[in-house]
Amino acid sequence: MLPEEFADLEPFAGKWSLATERERYSTRMATPIQEMRAFYDAVTPRAEAAMAYIERFPFDELPEDALHLLHLLYSMIEVSFPIEVWHQPRVPDSGATSFDSFTEPRP
Amino acid sequence: MARYPKPPEGSWTEHFGLDTAPVSYADSVSPEYYERERQAIFRRAWLNVGRVEQLPRKGSYFTKELAVVNTSVVVVRGMDGEIRAFHNVCRHRGNKLVWNEAPEEETQGFCRQFTCKYHAWRYGLDGSLTFIQQEGEFFDVDKDQFGLVAVHCEIWAGFIFVNVAREPEQSLRDFLGPMITALECYPFDQMTSRFGYRTEVKANWKLFMDAFAEFYHAPVLHSKQSPDKYSAAAREAGYEAPHYQVDGPHRLVSTSGVRFWEMDPSSLKPMENLTRGGLFGPWDKPDLGELPAGVNPGKCNPWGLDSFQLFPNFVILIWGQGWYLTYHYWPTSYNTHIFEGNVYFTPATNVRERIAQEMSAVTFKEFALQDANTLEATQLMLESGYVERFPLNDQEVLLRHLHKVVADWVNEPAGVPA
Repeated sequence: MLPEEFADLEPFAGKWSLATERERYSTRMATPIQEMRAFYDAVTPRAEAAMAYIERFPFDELPEDALHLLHLLYSMIEVSFPIEVWHQPRVPDSGATSFDSFTEPRP
Repeated sequence: MARYPKPPEGSWTEHFGLDTAPVSYADSVSPEYYERERQAIFRRAWLNVGRVEQLPRKGSYFTKELAVVNTSVVVVRGMDGEIRAFHNVCRHRGNKLVWNEAPEEETQGFCRQFTCKYHAWRYGLDGSLTFIQQEGEFFDVDKDQFGLVAVHCEIWAGFIFVNVAREPEQSLRDFLGPMITALECYPFDQMTSRFGYRTEVKANWKLFMDAFAEFYHAPVLHSKQSPDKYSAAAREAGYEAPHYQVDGPHRLVSTSGVRFWEMDPSSLKPMENLTRGGLFGPWDKPDLGELPAGVNPGKCNPWGLDSFQLFPNFVILIWGQGWYLTYHYWPTSYNTHIFEGNVYFTPATNVRERIAQEMSAVTFKEFALQDANTLEATQLMLESGYVERFPLNDQEVLLRHLHKVVADWVNEPAGVPA
C-alpha cells in the first residue's frame, strides 16, 4: 500500500491507513493500548520523512501510495492521545459519550 | 490579585448589571419550562442553520431538522442564485418532501425540482407548485395557492438564518446587533475546509452553552491533556479572561494567547511538536490580512480567541491562529440536545498545513468529549432537586447573562425584551 521507502511501515498499513475519521476513531477504540504503542513507536520517527515524501507531489493530486501514507499519519495523530495522554483508548470519564464525524476535508 | 483589570464596578458581573447571588438551575430541569422556551425563544429568534458554502450552486439544497420548533426545513439555492427556506412538507397530504432512506435524518444534494415520494407532486426551487399528478381529478386546485410554505430566511456573513415566526419582530441584522455585525468582514468565506462532528448530549442545552462560556474549568477538567509541567503551572495560576462583553442577548469572552512555539518543548506533547498544531490551532497561521474591528474588540495582547455566543443557541469562536469553530445546541427535550461542532480552516495547500489542521481538529474532539460527559453528570444531579442554589464566580459571568436573557424572553412573550 505504501511507497517502497516506507516498507518498514507496511505491516501497519492494512490496519491503520484509513481514509475517514470514523474508521480511525473506531479502530483506536477497538485496539489494545500495547498494540497502538507499537504502531506509534514505529510511525513517529518516520513522520518527518513521510511528510517530506508527500511534499514531492501536488497536494490535491497525491498518488495512491502517498495518500495511504498520509492516512497513516492521520492515524498516528489519532493514537497519540491514547499513548501520550490517556494511557487507554478512550478519553477518561467519557462514558458512552460520542462525537461523530460527519464531514472532513479530502485528502 | 487579578491579573487583568476589572471594570470600575469591581467585577464583570456588576458591570453588566447582573445579580451576584447564587443562581437556580430550575430552568434546566423542567419539561414545562422547556415548552415555554420553545414558544418564547426558538419560535421567535433567528436560528443559524448553516453556511452558504453548503449550497455551492443553483439547485444545491440541504434539510435541517428543527425538533425544537417541531419542523424540518429545506434550504435551497434557486435558479436565480437566491437562497430560500421552506417547511419540508408537501402541500398535498403532508408527506415530508425531501428525505432519503430515513425520514428523521437530514440530507443534502442537488436537484432541479423537488418531487414528493408519495404522489409525485412537483415544486420548483422557488417553492412554486409546478405539477399535480392527475390534476383533472382534483376540484379546482389553484396551484398558486399550494406552493411550499416559506420560512423567513436571511443571510449574514455567509451564515444562513431562519425564523419560523409568522412575522419576525426584528430583521436578522437588528437581531444580531452591533457587536456581532462588526465581525462581518472576517474571512469566513475563505475558511472552507471543514471538519464537522455531532452527538446527542443528555443534558439541557443551556448547560453546554454554560460549559463553553467559561474557561474556569479548563485548568482542572482538561489538566491531563497537557504534560505535567504545563498543567501544574496552569492549575496554580487558575483562569482569568481579559475581556467580556455583552450586547443585547449576545455575549463574548476573549482569552489571552499562549505562544506554544516559544515554550520549552517538554511542556508540550510530542505530537504537538511533531505536527506544529494543537488546541489553539496550527502554529503557523495563514495570512488573513487585516481583521475587522469586531474581532478581539478588547484589544487583548497576546490574544487567544473570541467566543461569541449568539442568542439563543449558536457560537462563533474565532481563534487568534486564523481559524474558527461553530457550535450549535439543538434542544430535543428539556434534558437532551444535539450538539454540533464544526471546525473551519483555510484549505491546506500542502501536507504540513494539513497535518497541523488534523492535529487541531482531533484535539478539539478530545476536549469536547471531556466536556460533554461532565454535562450528563451535572444534569443528573440537578434533576435530583436536593440542591437549589449555586454560587457563580466572576469568570462565570456569561452563564448568568444567558440564563437571565432566557428568562427575560420566556417572561415577556409579547415582544423582544429591550
